Amino acid sequence: MSDFTQRAPIALNDPTLRRNFRRAMDGLMSKRAAQFADPAAWAALRERGAMAKARAVARLPELLEQLEAKCTANGIHVHWAETTAQANAIVLGILQKAGAKKVIKGKSMVSEEMELNHFLEGHGIKAVESDLGEYIIQLAHEAPSHIVMPCIHKNKGEIAQLFADNIDGLGYTEDVDALTAAARRVLRDEFATADAGISGVNVAVAETGTLVLVENEGNGRLSTTLPPLHIALMGIEKLAETLDDVAPLLSLLPRSATGQPITTYVNMITSPRKPGEKDGPQAVHLVLLDSGRSRVYADEQLRDTLRCIRCGACMNHCPVYTRVGGHTYKFVYPGPIGKILTPQLEGLDCAGDQPHASTLCNACVEVCPVKIPLADLLVRLRTESVHSGHSQAVKGAGSRRSLHETLSWRGWQFMYAHPWAYGLATRLMARLGNLIPAKAPLMRQWTSVRTKPKFAGKTLHELARDKGFDHE
Amino acid sequence: MSDPARLRRPETVYFFGTCVIDLFYPGAGLAGMELLKRQGLRVVFPPDQSCCGQPARNSGYLDEARAVALRQIAAFPNDWPVVVPSGSCAGMMKTHYPDLFEGRPEYSKAKAFSARVFELTDFLVNVLDIKLEDKGEPVRVTWHGSCHSMREMGVVDQPKSLLRQLSNVTLVENPREKECCGFGGTFAVRQPEISAAMVTDKVAAIEETGTSQVLSGDCGCLMNINGALEKAGKAIHGRHIAEFLLERTSGQGGK
Repeated sequence: MSDFTQRAPIALNDPTLRRNFRRAMDGLMSKRAAQFADPAAWAALRERGAMAKARAVARLPELLEQLEAKCTANGIHVHWAETTAQANAIVLGILQKAGAKKVIKGKSMVSEEMELNHFLEGHGIKAVESDLGEYIIQLAHEAPSHIVMPCIHKNKGEIAQLFADNIDGLGYTEDVDALTAAARRVLRDEFATADAGISGVNVAVAETGTLVLVENEGNGRLSTTLPPLHIALMGIEKLAETLDDVAPLLSLLPRSATGQPITTYVNMITSPRKPGEKDGPQAVHLVLLDSGRSRVYADEQLRDTLRCIRCGACMNHCPVYTRVGGHTYKFVYPGPIGKILTPQLEGLDCAGDQPHASTLCNACVEVCPVKIPLADLLVRLRTESVHSGHSQAVKGAGSRRSLHETLSWRGWQFMYAHPWAYGLATRLMARLGNLIPAKAPLMRQWTSVRTKPKFAGKTLHELARDKGFDHE
Repeated sequence: MSDPARLRRPETVYFFGTCVIDLFYPGAGLAGMELLKRQGLRVVFPPDQSCCGQPARNSGYLDEARAVALRQIAAFPNDWPVVVPSGSCAGMMKTHYPDLFEGRPEYSKAKAFSARVFELTDFLVNVLDIKLEDKGEPVRVTWHGSCHSMREMGVVDQPKSLLRQLSNVTLVENPREKECCGFGGTFAVRQPEISAAMVTDKVAAIEETGTSQVLSGDCGCLMNINGALEKAGKAIHGRHIAEFLLERTSGQGGK
């Protein structure tokens, strides 16, 4: 079990963590809102982005083959991994063949899925994170708490302490420029001495075999150009049909994610270094990871999950994520997208409580740049979680089914679908409901911070009849 | 909006009271019906109605939700608008009834029904073009928009435009109005700690407006917010907008 519900109170009772997330999410929400101030322009751009991803996902198998063919023709080696274990083995094989002892990494959530750093360390290869946020949490031996801003759970003071403890010659300072300069100094050496660079992929263009990588620190460009070997890791859904389709996505992604009109760096990688070129790696490899995504693709409704461009806007706007933070979700992808993706990749038996941990407030649906119907998918996964044999679409379907709950809803249906039963029950409850003790099951959870709901004495049905409203 | 039902002013409307109002806030339901009646409409409250079915649908019990939804559709047989004093229940009937029956024989019936569903304040503003005369004392209020009224029914400014018609009412905006109050139906008891944190923040934001009451168009949110306000011993109190509008325009003080 992922035990999201059990872990939530730990974060809720950490005032520093609550403050860090609240402040950061408030900032991100207002920056994004400023980018999409014109509702008509937002609607039009969003439609283009959503359609680009919907078309790509609908043709996923053939586009992947096209991507492989184009990349291969461009001189990029393409590898297929069905599982994270296979992906790790592929990466290790490439690195060992090249005799690599140290890799420098750009940000990659797929590598988090693979737990690649840990795996490589076990085989004597050092992996250094070069994205500043990733570098910070690597120093802290923590996992990312956000898919775009991995160390968003930490404040300046916490980072200052971490740097003082870990970087030689740097005392405690909260001067952001000094902290950044210190990290830069350390990382410059790592870049210069790395045997290989590993990166993620934001969009892969099937038409041209181009790998698009966006970033703000230049670390992505250095990781993919300076070392002699570049390995790109990508989930099979990060596709676009054409180069034209990249345009709306490049606009939607940074504006949704961090409220930037565009990222500082946009890298488009189409081949290794060509004869006569002055930079670039001698070899480029692309590892395509499935890890459950084909199963998601197989269901026409759930398939919409694969449109995700990993902007993180859904978590930035999520009232639950803002309060519990990313680590409460335990798996790689937190927030609303994690609540629909994790149970599909890991199984409802592992993460089946996550789809239930939402008020279905639709805040995520409102801001998703590719129109993923997150709330409807949460309901679909709730349905799968309590109905065994409903379909084979999701691993662990029915794992949250209980006789007690099933019978409760049958009883609910009987009462609400039979007017006589409903009338009888509500008249009774209206009169006797206030006698329910505050410590009764369910009422106990409610009254932790609230008074008991007050039953009215007479139902609206009765009052409406008294006032003559029920006559046709 | 292009709904055909919007084009003409009906003589008769149905009223769907909602199960929360039925048991906990019947005054809000009566006030909603009274407001419509005062506009010269015949208001029919079919006694066979119960619940829109959202609790079952949102919990993943779709068969149970369908059975209850069909019973509601049957309770409102005539081609009259169905006015609902809740954006959440209206959202269920308007957007999710068609989803629930997609590919089933009842689909066209559900679709036709959903087209007749209106949230109360939207109906008052956009169909009836209601004119309100304030007879109450000066008062400062704040507004809580429910997630489903805003994001499923597109009801954002309609209730505020009604409040702006009242000359003695000052509407103080809550900067966190659009954030969920943490009710979420069964969420409040399934995730009690997270829900508690959300409603505690909501209540603090409401209190910061410095008003004496918070108005809303959804009694689910109100039950949550009022319970938390009362437990924390706050003087501020939440009310359904229908009750407030009726009082203000009837010269009953409108407190």
